[in-house]
Amino acid sequence: MYNAPYLRQNNSVSRVMLKVMLALLPGLAAYVWQFGIGILIQLLIASVVALVCEAAMLRVRNKPISRYLLDGSALVTAWLIALSFPSIGPWWMVALGTAIAIIVAKHLYGGLGQNVFNPAMVAYAVMIVSFPALMSQWPAPHLSGAEQWQLILGNERVLDAISSATPLDALRTGLHSGHGTVSTVTHGHAAFGWLGGQGWEWIILGYAIGGLWLMQQRVITWHIPCALLAGAAAVAGLLWGIDSAHYAAPWFHLASGGIMLGAFFIATDPVSGATTPRGKLIFGAAIGALIVVIRTWGAYPDGVAFAVLLLNICVPLIDMYTQPPVFGHKKD
Amino acid sequence: MRADTENPSSSNAAENVAATDTPVVAPGSIYRDIANNGIWKQNTGLIQLLGLCPILAVSTTVVNGVSLGIATIIVMALSSGLVAALRTLIPYEIRIPVFILIIAALVTCVDLAMNAWLHSLYLVLGIFIPLIVTNCIVLARVEAFAAKNTPLAAAWDGAMMGVGLVVVLAILGAMREIIGAGTLFAGIEMLIPGLRPWQVLPHDYPGFLLAVLPPGAFFVLGLLVAGRSWLDAREARRQREHQLALRANAA
Repeated sequence: MYNAPYLRQNNSVSRVMLKVMLALLPGLAAYVWQFGIGILIQLLIASVVALVCEAAMLRVRNKPISRYLLDGSALVTAWLIALSFPSIGPWWMVALGTAIAIIVAKHLYGGLGQNVFNPAMVAYAVMIVSFPALMSQWPAPHLSGAEQWQLILGNERVLDAISSATPLDALRTGLHSGHGTVSTVTHGHAAFGWLGGQGWEWIILGYAIGGLWLMQQRVITWHIPCALLAGAAAVAGLLWGIDSAHYAAPWFHLASGGIMLGAFFIATDPVSGATTPRGKLIFGAAIGALIVVIRTWGAYPDGVAFAVLLLNICVPLIDMYTQPPVFGHKKD
Repeated sequence: MRADTENPSSSNAAENVAATDTPVVAPGSIYRDIANNGIWKQNTGLIQLLGLCPILAVSTTVVNGVSLGIATIIVMALSSGLVAALRTLIPYEIRIPVFILIIAALVTCVDLAMNAWLHSLYLVLGIFIPLIVTNCIVLARVEAFAAKNTPLAAAWDGAMMGVGLVVVLAILGAMREIIGAGTLFAGIEMLIPGLRPWQVLPHDYPGFLLAVLPPGAFFVLGLLVAGRSWLDAREARRQREHQLALRANAA
């Protein structure tokens, strides 16, 4: 005997997670093309650590191991961590971050579907607070594979020569030194490309393509990504309109840092994000606005993790005030 | 004030404790019960969760945590004893302001003493020494225990609650210090000149900064609370199994 609904979509957790990982591939391919194989090594480390920690925690909590382990949620967390951490960081950094994400942010809060905070962003926040210098060393474009391998093994002596600041970092230090304006900082600095960061534009394009495919597959809805990007563009545009010499243009903000990854893959986490349509719009827009605010006045290189975590706290409140009216009832 | 705290009459203490706390048979065992309560059963840091502000703020190193803990022990023992000695004289309606005045006077003594004899430590602990006045655990024990018991029992209760706090502060401080900086007993030279901190982890340990920052205090304290609950649960399970085994044997 069957119950309604009769037409079912096969939307199990493992299928959704598989689609998310597929959607990450264009961005990942662009990453490898622009910055070399370091990211693949980090991805491997993060995946192995995530699966080991997941299995260990499931065992401790007396849960069925194979069912939860194979659902792919730990792997997605691992991939997001690897993609948001610097790809030339020492191996233990991504490993420790992944362990914190899986053990503390996921399982101590009750496991899949119970985590209040986005595990990958908890990992990023913990690591950038604890190791700010190492977390700010990003690869210069076209760094050779052997050099990246040395850096990942932890041989720091080669670090200064070949690592580079991200465009966001370069802009911040340039502006904070007092006498620079946006145009003098960006002109002639190797980190800047024609829109955002050198090489980063392609990665961001890859993320956007993957995210749009996820939307077309109905894994995510349009609300959070669109609201997030619009919120960021609005705040950045307002600042830029007031003083274009000291605030970066909105397209620069949209094309640099982790904002595209955050908009399509991190803020859309179905567990820790808002669930009602209007709530999703508020949630996304607030994250976008906060990202630009933190980038402009904050002390850390990028604001995606902190913005997402702050709004994760607000989700119960947002959901409570944006409940859609029950069908047939009058709106209050 | 010392005369007051050392003015016991043990039979009286036994009566009063029996009236307010768990029933006690032998007079000697009240003190054991009080100690057990303070250090384990009602531990201020892990069970009552009172006075979290100094616990979280000062436990960045073992030395800081334990020093503030010892200052708190002194204040708690003296204030509990003093309040217990004066309990029949204090009008019930204005007892709280009177308690606070007594505690504040004692804290001022400790504050001045530390400023005089342990000046470098005094500078590190800063505002948290005067803030012992507002530490709710001190007032809680004065109101819940000292106001109804004899001076000696009350002073013992205050001291043991303080010891429970020191144990938590020491473990918390040690974990945060080792994880955060890789050392143990940093700043020991402020207490005992000539001693050196102990480098536990290798010198190139990068230091997990979060453990030293305020969030780390919450994480480590949460783990300690969970660990204590786990020990309790294990103990209860063992006792149950033990009784089942006894019953099976008897059958």
